[in-house]
Amino acid sequence: MDRRKSLQTLILGGAAATTGVAFNSCKTETIDEAVVESSEKFFGRTPKELERIEKLNAEQLFNEHEMETIAALSVVILPPKEPHGGPIEAGVPELIEFMGKDVPTMAPTLLGGLMWLDHKSNTEFGTEFKSATLEQKKQICDEICWHDTEKPLDEQPLEIQFFYMMRGLTVTGYYTSKVGIADLGYKGNQPNVWDGVPQDVLDQHGVAYDPEWIAKCIDQSTRGTIATWDDDGNLLT
Amino acid sequence: MQIKESSEIYDVIIVGSGAGGGMATKQLADAGLNVAVVEAGPFFDPKDPVTQTQLKWAYESPRRFAGTDRAFGGHDMSWGDWEVEGEPYTQEEGTNFMWWRARMLGGRTNHWGRISLRFGPKDFKHKDVDGLGDNWPISYDDVKPYYDKLDKLIGVFGTKEGRENDPDGFFLPPPKPRLHELFYIDGAKKSNIPVIPGRLSMLTKKINNERGVCFYCGQCGRSCSVYADFSAGSCLIFPAQKSGGQVKIFVNSMVREVTTNEEGKATGVSYINKEDRKEYKLKAKVVVLAASACSSARILLNSKSKQHPNGLGNSSDIVGKYLHDSTGASAAGVIPGLMNRKVSYNEDGVGGMHVYSPWWGDNSKLDFPRGYHIEVWGGMSNPTYGFSMDPNGLNKHFGLKVGGYGDSLRDDVKKYYGSVIGFGGRGEAVARKDNYCEIDPTTVDQFGIPVLKFNYQWSDFERNQAKHMQDTFEELIHNMGGIPLGEKPGKDQDYGLHAPGQIIHEVGTTRMGDDPKTSVTNKFQQLHDVDNVFIVDAGPFVSQADKNCTWTIMALSWRASDYIIEQLKAQNI
Repeated sequence: MDRRKSLQTLILGGAAATTGVAFNSCKTETIDEAVVESSEKFFGRTPKELERIEKLNAEQLFNEHEMETIAALSVVILPPKEPHGGPIEAGVPELIEFMGKDVPTMAPTLLGGLMWLDHKSNTEFGTEFKSATLEQKKQICDEICWHDTEKPLDEQPLEIQFFYMMRGLTVTGYYTSKVGIADLGYKGNQPNVWDGVPQDVLDQHGVAYDPEWIAKCIDQSTRGTIATWDDDGNLLT
Repeated sequence: MQIKESSEIYDVIIVGSGAGGGMATKQLADAGLNVAVVEAGPFFDPKDPVTQTQLKWAYESPRRFAGTDRAFGGHDMSWGDWEVEGEPYTQEEGTNFMWWRARMLGGRTNHWGRISLRFGPKDFKHKDVDGLGDNWPISYDDVKPYYDKLDKLIGVFGTKEGRENDPDGFFLPPPKPRLHELFYIDGAKKSNIPVIPGRLSMLTKKINNERGVCFYCGQCGRSCSVYADFSAGSCLIFPAQKSGGQVKIFVNSMVREVTTNEEGKATGVSYINKEDRKEYKLKAKVVVLAASACSSARILLNSKSKQHPNGLGNSSDIVGKYLHDSTGASAAGVIPGLMNRKVSYNEDGVGGMHVYSPWWGDNSKLDFPRGYHIEVWGGMSNPTYGFSMDPNGLNKHFGLKVGGYGDSLRDDVKKYYGSVIGFGGRGEAVARKDNYCEIDPTTVDQFGIPVLKFNYQWSDFERNQAKHMQDTFEELIHNMGGIPLGEKPGKDQDYGLHAPGQIIHEVGTTRMGDDPKTSVTNKFQQLHDVDNVFIVDAGPFVSQADKNCTWTIMALSWRASDYIIEQLKAQNI
């Protein structure tokens, strides 16, 4: 069983993880399918960059227990929600493991914070954080989830810094994942033809297009016609 | 170690393959000349799926495109950034010059903002306006025909506005404004700040059958795989090869110096092949430097010989002097009117501003001499590492608690998604002789080539301009009903004025002029000292305008190329 699977099992227990995401695909006539397909296989790293990724992947920052603790905390921070899952489906623990190695200055806060969590949980409840009940976990989090916004973070206690970092990584990890992007509803990163803000959105925000301005903009029905100009720079096509 | 010398004599060697080098390659090869392009980085073609980042999702990267391996984010298509491994540069104490070097075919054109503004009539003669700096030896009328041809060759969208110092061109129609840009237009109107459609080199419409049309993914910074945005490889160098030109590209080849003969004329270049770390020589009738303003200055200064003891083209001692970058300052605000957005549509648009504000001020009534333009960003962005890292940090502006956890974080993220709008002011600094780069004799790069040392200080002109930017941004945010984010930087922080170099518009190190004592090249970008060496990057700029420099680099490179062809034909060089 791979790491992600085991974490999923631990967190979700019997509940099935639903990651079936229906992307709104808006088909347009000019999409080059090859562009989309060729993107699947690679993510554009240079050999040197790949080497660094492989090197980091070969290292291990968190042990199994720590990974499970990260997973347990992440789902308290952002509980999974149908139909778009939560931090586990989003690969948040794996991201945190990677970033802790990629940005080594983050590691002490993360490692120290995990120790703090278990110490706190053991002291208060006689059990490690990951095995505490949800209510107990929340009780611990309630103490560290509010930072002083008037003070620099690095002047605040480690457990506060830790929670802030974990919340940030959990939320950014979730919303940069496939499930998180579906939850957010972001419709971009795919070929389309931009033809202005929909009327209902303009109405909602109380703004309107200036007809004079719009008259100068591209008429998308002519986007495939080769441009020609007169000598004064007036577009003829 | 014996230097390996090729026996072939090229008509022209072009050092660097970015905007200037790409244009020279296209023009000189199209004219039938035998051209060698020497590029310090590897080959790059935006359409190669192996290196492509366009349309990739953050989750395809284990770091979700965090900027650990690439300074502008893992998706950015620049190999090399503020740091290039094994290639340091040094600073005079008190200087913090930032130098971006893209090591790849096409150079920085692969990721730049494509903001393609012509310099205006005043920009070439600004000394006549305010008595500061120097005039160019050429005027707008000299460059206009090249801007016109450039617009048609490369493609740029925009609109005819008839503004005095923001000349119109041959434009493709611009894309419609996005929602945050409509808010910006309304906000700017209240302060009588002009807003016009952006002028960017992306194809909203076909210009030929070789290049694709923009499909609005907003990712020009990743370099377009269908060549719908401008980059020097896809739009200049590859077409030059395709149309049968004699273009030989030497990649991973780091030029050390321009070689010269007994008469002091250039004979070619010597370079280090990065793969075998050996030195090679190429020979040519003409050498064209296009390595970037600072890199070309470095090559000249390192090209010392009996005939040119102070470095090539440097009898004036002006090489490296008058280095200047655009000024820059930024601000952002959260706009309540942009909160709680519908996510029903894709508003990626083009990879840059659909609208912007050209300089509107009257400097005679201000405490700084030159202007700036405002770039605008915002919208429902493509989430990458850092997105919602502080998911409800904006709560503090609305009297709500910051922090916590649980399901409510999802609501916070969605509430604020697309509600922040930001501004970048990009302005003109006055060129000064005492801002310069020079060779640091104590430091070499991993190829043994002496590196540059920077010496650059802003003056109160630039600081006061940055203050004006901050005041303007504050007013604009207020006009939009918004709340500024972060403390407004004060005098102690130079009003948020970015470090020199940080806008990546460095120009001026080999400035042109009629007097060989005060300039490095003549008005055709030919060295005063050596008639078969030309510089076609931004080095020959006498002054930066309140515009971006790329469009002018290319227009001038084309103009210089025409001159080279003419001079070769007349057997003058």
